[in-house]
Amino acid sequence: MTGSRRIDADFLALPRQELADAALSAAAQAGASYADLRIHAIATEMLQLRDGALEAAVTDHEIGLAVRVIVDGTWGFASHSQLDTAVAADTARRAVKVARTLAALNAERIELAPEPVYRDASWVSQYRIDPFDVAAPDKVAVLEDYSGRLLAADGVDHVSASLNTAKEQTFYADTFGSSITQQRVRVLPKLEAVTVDAAAGTFETMSTLAPPTGRGWEAVEGDEVWDWAGELAQLPSLLAEKSKAPSVIAGPTDLVIDPSNLWLTIHESIGHATEYDRAIGYEAAYAGTSFATPDKLGSMQYGSPVMNVTADRTLEYGLATVGFDDEGVRAQSWDLVRDGVFVGYQLDRVFAPRLGVSRSNGCSYADSAHHVPIQRMANVSLQPGPEDVSTDDLIGRVADGIYIVGDKSWSIDMQRYNFQFTGQRFFRIRDGKLDGQVRDVAYQATTTDFWGALDAVGGQSTWRLGGAFNCGKAQPGQVAAVSHGCPSALFRGITVLNTREEGGR
Amino acid sequence: MIGAQQVVDLALAEASRLGRADETTVLVSDRVEATLRWANNTMTTNGESTSRTTTVISIMRQGDKARVGTVRSSSADPAVIADLVAASQLAAAVAPQARDTAPPLPGGAAPADWDAPTPGTGAEVFLGVAGELARGFGGLSGGGGLSGGGGLSGIGATLFGYARHVVETTFVATSGGLRRRWTQPTGSVEINAKHDGASAWVGTSTPDFVSVPMDSMLDQLGTRLSWSRRIVELPAGRYETIMPPSTVADMMIYLAWTMGGRGAQEGRTALAAPGGGTRVGEKLTSLPLTLYSDPGASGLECAPFVSTSSSSEQTSVFDNGMTIDRVDWIREGVINALAYPRAAAAEFDTPVAAGADNLLMTGGSKSLQDMIAGTERGLLLTTLWYIREVDPSVLLLTGLTRDGVYLVEDGEVTAAVNNFRFNESPLDLVRRATQAGVSEFTLPREWGDWATRAQMPSLRIPDFHMSSVSQAQ
Repeated sequence: MTGSRRIDADFLALPRQELADAALSAAAQAGASYADLRIHAIATEMLQLRDGALEAAVTDHEIGLAVRVIVDGTWGFASHSQLDTAVAADTARRAVKVARTLAALNAERIELAPEPVYRDASWVSQYRIDPFDVAAPDKVAVLEDYSGRLLAADGVDHVSASLNTAKEQTFYADTFGSSITQQRVRVLPKLEAVTVDAAAGTFETMSTLAPPTGRGWEAVEGDEVWDWAGELAQLPSLLAEKSKAPSVIAGPTDLVIDPSNLWLTIHESIGHATEYDRAIGYEAAYAGTSFATPDKLGSMQYGSPVMNVTADRTLEYGLATVGFDDEGVRAQSWDLVRDGVFVGYQLDRVFAPRLGVSRSNGCSYADSAHHVPIQRMANVSLQPGPEDVSTDDLIGRVADGIYIVGDKSWSIDMQRYNFQFTGQRFFRIRDGKLDGQVRDVAYQATTTDFWGALDAVGGQSTWRLGGAFNCGKAQPGQVAAVSHGCPSALFRGITVLNTREEGGR
Repeated sequence: MIGAQQVVDLALAEASRLGRADETTVLVSDRVEATLRWANNTMTTNGESTSRTTTVISIMRQGDKARVGTVRSSSADPAVIADLVAASQLAAAVAPQARDTAPPLPGGAAPADWDAPTPGTGAEVFLGVAGELARGFGGLSGGGGLSGGGGLSGIGATLFGYARHVVETTFVATSGGLRRRWTQPTGSVEINAKHDGASAWVGTSTPDFVSVPMDSMLDQLGTRLSWSRRIVELPAGRYETIMPPSTVADMMIYLAWTMGGRGAQEGRTALAAPGGGTRVGEKLTSLPLTLYSDPGASGLECAPFVSTSSSSEQTSVFDNGMTIDRVDWIREGVINALAYPRAAAAEFDTPVAAGADNLLMTGGSKSLQDMIAGTERGLLLTTLWYIREVDPSVLLLTGLTRDGVYLVEDGEVTAAVNNFRFNESPLDLVRRATQAGVSEFTLPREWGDWATRAQMPSLRIPDFHMSSVSQAQ
């Protein structure tokens, strides 16, 4: 449905419909009232350089088929790595057997929200250059070049460089009649410079801010998408300044947070908190629950009135952007927080009726053929303000504070209340102007206090898309890639810690 | 599927036929996983997965330099083997020189079980656990409790949790005739019980699900929930704290992951010493604490050889098949070893050290009960969660307490306390520990996805740093 990109011929050449027919009919014959088949292929490439020398390079191709069934109101799931019609039928029967074996443990009859049937649908993400069409040595050469630029600078003792790329292809078919084929690509380039003070036995680091993105190799190889030249040129002097910067004074502080840092705070304190499965306890023993429980939907003040947060599966270049989810539900966009009030959840086809809404908003995904789809995060983004407020304008409103750039350490509790984040660099703000870096900064808050202290958001011109490849959830553990857009934002009176003091130094 | 051994033979034969690589290493891993998950007293997800991963590593040598090409696939189609080998050789041909080049390891006789079929598992392995759970889901609030006597019966708790069983057989073969095989069973059961705002957790690792102590686990949950009948709110601060084995495991596992030799030599980890060099030889504590990994550790057996598809600070593809011995990372309170693949060991003139897939710490003899009894006023933790690195230069980690912080007064648990966010370094915890308990098998909570084989003592920390209060239950 999008652009000129087509799904790769080798994936299209798989006997998709034959495998679906074999699995779905075997499931029905074995007693399933519903079944779906997913063929899931993921190609990944990992390149790692240390001080410009190749440390690791691995290309991986994973493929398999998964069958999910409902038998007498109970889920059953089985998967296999062999794409063969006999294996597909057998895997379907195994899924039915799993459901029957464990049925005694099920107290909630599974019902699926209705969704239109999509026959022979296909979708491809928006990327220009397939990273798997680029020879590995060419990719390594770019990382060598970028590493070399940093290593050549004064004060840079070591450089780590990495590139992770992925191409994900799925074929989905269910007993309602949908059959959907999709392909998407993502890239994650990262460089980190290290300066070592050998005498003191200590060191300081700074990483590039280039975000992972649902684009192709074009986001890595040159300055078309990201200003690599500018970033690599500035990084050494920023690192040198940071290593000599004064240690921060802990206490309540006004913060202007750059999108390169704020995306991760949004991910942890809003993205996960508005997952319905967490809110009703499905992750209680592992990833955790959420303070944003269903009784608070539509009434809880999540943050200040300038806070508007949207979940979006259709966002251009978003890592969680897709045509349809792993339950055949078409991608959508919806509100999670409007004017500061909690108004929406992320849902799948089971959770929609439980919440009392008629349709899933399409958040069911698995990270491999060998994992069952679970409710996963859409691109959750903070909306910019209506006026053209720049980052400098926000800084101009602060008498004494800190401007935080780049993400680094993150941690949040199992109900999404208490969080602590650090960053790549921290600039002191004095009388509305930046006044050099400080170091050893962490900010710590409780989610609703933090968003309640949101004083202003930047305009559209400050809005940037950040994200991660490694969002973890569920048992067995699954990872997902997701993007978060946000403007620069001003928060008043947030607790800043001095991490040296936190460590007892 | 054809047998994994056949995949090995086909790949090595194809590598020889194409002839572009000087050496070829083939790794085949056959994995069967069964999982069962529950929440709110009902099953939520389940499944059985059968998968195979084949890795072909081609090495091309020029003098003492070498180039490497690594390609991995989970396709079970025998037709892809030739493609994999060709792709691997092509990747090696165009790769830059590897920095971790080491000579080939000698071949040897295949192990006696090389040709044996690979074992599996399935959802039926959970039937024993599931039976206990089903009764628990239905009968917790009335009579008919789970554990006969005390435990959870009558409390009316809601159960959440997860059981998994993975049986993975790994084959390592080189064109030089090296053959190694290992079957690794990995299993765990975790149960979280919630009642009236209180939350408690127990977990155990079990390689075979033969004798999972459901009765005593449920008893423990009942005891812990009963401790929560009195709640005491405490502010942030430094507290005398008893860290039980699971929490010690989570902190020590992070330390072990950081104990790469190269990074320390380069001055870019917390194991770098002031003035250059590493902290090996530094005495952390006068307690006789020894932190080690050992493939032969009783009850925690794991692969006694290296098997890796990618090189890192701690491991090298050139070392595939190399024997892993016991390594004492900390011996009698002194930092004793860092991880060095063969190439890095040669470069830095240090012993080769490869970590096994388990972690143990010894050095104390008191039971946890005795440690509680010997506490005038302090905190007893249950598990830690969301541990992340805040300052790598000192290995300062942050994280949360989870599912039970208890107040100990005059030698007894007297109440439950709110959760906290902590900021602590595992190195500093070892430095400041004043007492170690007896070493026990334990399930790390935070890192349990990757690390289930652990045996740890409890530690008494006189001034554990609770940085702030978490409202989470």
